[in-house]
Amino acid sequence: MRSRRRPCEDLAIPGPVTVRLFVAGFWVCVAACSLAGCRERAPDKAPPAAFTAELAGLASKALTTYADLAFAGYADSAAQAKKLLGAVDALSEAPSQASLDAARRAWVLARKPYPQTEVFRFYDGPIDRVETLVNTWPIDESYVEASLEGQQTGIIENTKDYPALTTELLASLNLKQGETSISTGYHVIEFLLWGRDTRADGPGDRPYTDFSSKHAGNGLAQRRAVYLHLACELLLRELEEVRDDWDPQRPGNYRERFLRMPVRDALALVVKGMGSLSGPELSGERLTVPYETKDQENEHSCFSDTTHSDVVLDALGIENVCLGHYTRVDGSVVSGPSLCEVIGARDRALGERLKAELSRSVAAARSIPAPFDQAILGTDEAPGRRAVWATIQALQRQTDTLSDVAALFDLRVSLASPRKRP
Amino acid sequence: MSRAPSLRQPPRASRSRLLCALGSALVGLLALSCRARVKMPHVAESGGDTSVFDATHDAYSLPAPGLSSAHRSAFFVGNSFFNQNWVGAPSSIDSRDGLGPLFNARSCSGCHFKDGRGRPPEAGESLSSLLIRISRPGERGVRGAPLGDPVYGDQLQGNGLPGVPKEAEVKIDYEAVAGTLPDGESYVLQKPRYRCDELGYGPLVPGILMSPRVAPAMIGLGLLEAVPEATLLTLSDQQDRDHDGISGRPNRVTDVVSGQAALGRFGWKAEQPSVLQQIAAAFHGDLGLSSGLFPEQNDTAAEAPARAQPTGGAPEVSADILKAITIYARVLAVPARRNHQDANVSHGEELFGSLGCAACHVPTLRTAELADLPELHAQDIHPYSDLLLHDMGAGLSDERPSFAAQGSEWRTPPLWGIGLVKKVNGHDRLLHDGRARGFQEAILWHAGEAGSARTRFERLPRSERAAVLAFLESL
Repeated sequence: MRSRRRPCEDLAIPGPVTVRLFVAGFWVCVAACSLAGCRERAPDKAPPAAFTAELAGLASKALTTYADLAFAGYADSAAQAKKLLGAVDALSEAPSQASLDAARRAWVLARKPYPQTEVFRFYDGPIDRVETLVNTWPIDESYVEASLEGQQTGIIENTKDYPALTTELLASLNLKQGETSISTGYHVIEFLLWGRDTRADGPGDRPYTDFSSKHAGNGLAQRRAVYLHLACELLLRELEEVRDDWDPQRPGNYRERFLRMPVRDALALVVKGMGSLSGPELSGERLTVPYETKDQENEHSCFSDTTHSDVVLDALGIENVCLGHYTRVDGSVVSGPSLCEVIGARDRALGERLKAELSRSVAAARSIPAPFDQAILGTDEAPGRRAVWATIQALQRQTDTLSDVAALFDLRVSLASPRKRP
Repeated sequence: MSRAPSLRQPPRASRSRLLCALGSALVGLLALSCRARVKMPHVAESGGDTSVFDATHDAYSLPAPGLSSAHRSAFFVGNSFFNQNWVGAPSSIDSRDGLGPLFNARSCSGCHFKDGRGRPPEAGESLSSLLIRISRPGERGVRGAPLGDPVYGDQLQGNGLPGVPKEAEVKIDYEAVAGTLPDGESYVLQKPRYRCDELGYGPLVPGILMSPRVAPAMIGLGLLEAVPEATLLTLSDQQDRDHDGISGRPNRVTDVVSGQAALGRFGWKAEQPSVLQQIAAAFHGDLGLSSGLFPEQNDTAAEAPARAQPTGGAPEVSADILKAITIYARVLAVPARRNHQDANVSHGEELFGSLGCAACHVPTLRTAELADLPELHAQDIHPYSDLLLHDMGAGLSDERPSFAAQGSEWRTPPLWGIGLVKKVNGHDRLLHDGRARGFQEAILWHAGEAGSARTRFERLPRSERAAVLAFLESL
């Protein structure tokens, strides 16, 4: 995709000085005119076949479905986060195995809708403003809580530098010392509920007594409970903000701007979100890294051992967008004209291929046995590793196909897919 | 306060054509009278076919397109080690312990956040993505290598593991330097002064030389490594022949693997010959992690509490991890320009050439064949750098020679992707110590060999200066 050189670029002029000055004056005028005219010139490559009115109409409906899916996904995520906040407050009011278990269940349920919304990331949309406060990983848990008893190195123990914990403090400390110095979000909450996963055969096993001032001394239990509450409160606040930005009832929000964009610009964002999640994020950072390193520190939800579910739900979220279909937490369905229909209207075979590949990726992800940290171990022939590898490959294939979709509509997005070599 | 104006839409066509014509005529005559014309590229893909189209806060973090499966895997593995915090030894996770005992940061991403650019601290903050190299005055090592302080070594580390005092807390004061442009616009630059508080291990040698450096962005390093040495040497010779006051010199440094002299390419003074050595040196100096290239710890015998700490193995960074991070750093893609066809931007690009900026910020280089990384092979790239050392004047001098580089000499920093610093890193601080707030201040600090180009910039009418800044924003 190299652009051709244009005439206004080249001013190299031969000849003696006086002649050169004269010739230069001429060329300078030519150059200035052509510079000013650059805007009106055709773009670098042949323009794509324009969207017919019919196709633009269909695409516009599909973009509305996309916005509806985003709103439903974030509304579900915020509602589940609210339940999670209630459950952690119940835990700190009356710490017991039962209240800790209930809070953990609430976290797992809160994670059902959210990964399905990750396809709405990666293009400076509403979630990208706050995503680092929501779902950043992998976390260096010792940034939050010291790994050895008696150390004062975590935010929880460090009462000298941080005498009062607040949501503003947690937000300001997030990513302060690098990309794993994470102070808040789903995975910090997960760490606080489960603790370090040091066992091969199960998740972390933090005792409920960590939240009980009767058991954990030095005010640490209370600090931990306050920290947990604040992290959940911050999560809820950010998710509500993103939900409101996609709310069809709120004029002037992002949804309204998104639906007013030229169809091709909005489609570019949709495809960029799908391709970025498929390629670099899910197949790359979340699957290739643990596959290559066999290190459970590199799995997405390492404390609760629920990574297998994240992978399936992320892949499902991409399929949802393509099919224009999302099953809400309460079982109701949001659906409408879909991206696949738009692609199919221009290139039927490509639409079918994408649909088939997305479905194969979801199936491959479902075939990864839980827990994920065991699935990545062993030889490359072990069933777990074969399933992870197959998922990586399936996701890369669909990323390539999404690149073809971008080319079909002449969308300038980079999906980090392998270059097609002649 | 003089700040780089934000990018604006160009004025209406008729006015802009007139201004363009007048400006271009003036500049064209100037250019022809004294300088060789540099052909500006006017293309979006600064990294050739390896460019990525992304202007989000991930713009510096994407792999070059078209990687082989093995390099793709190495990229993501390298990325995870680049981002992760290292911990003190011993720990339960052997692959990531060995931090310190003295260190500037716990992770690569601590300074190169989102693979981007560091900045000096805000008031009340400790140094985080700016570090201070130090050396004793008057003495030099092999090939002019700086010699460190006998106690503190060649770099101040502001952090220590529990029980290990940090080396120093560096404080920065800024002195205001006011000036006025020929058209009457006034500006105030800020010149930093550094002092060391809370020295952890006694006094520094008298007259210690200090060189502040912010972390540069990580993009396009493999492409720069792939530019043939002969290309850079030819650029140096050509600049000498022009007699235009510009005379870039290669730095000659030591390849620590072979022990031989090598052309320096990376770092603010081109002190590292390869991406591999740059990374290993940063692990050693900045994180306190040993590797095959630098098997020692970064503390000295005089720093007893540090010496007493256990290490995280020999080496602490395994060959596999070093290799993965090196591949990662070599294939981090250069983001494409956003609006290079905008008339104002395009005009600014021509001005950048005609003012003489492009004499050192060389717009186009070509990569050679790379046996181990064919993905970067034979690309026309647009880094806006010659990777050579230039005298930038007394105002920017750190007065600390390093190999062939004098105190006032700095490597031309690549400008590709620089318009996205604000997006990725949330600040606009430029130059080696981050003293400049925005592009215009950075230009106004240019002196020495770059002095005449700066003067020509200063004499431009305001709208023309804005066009140059708009071009820089577009990169």
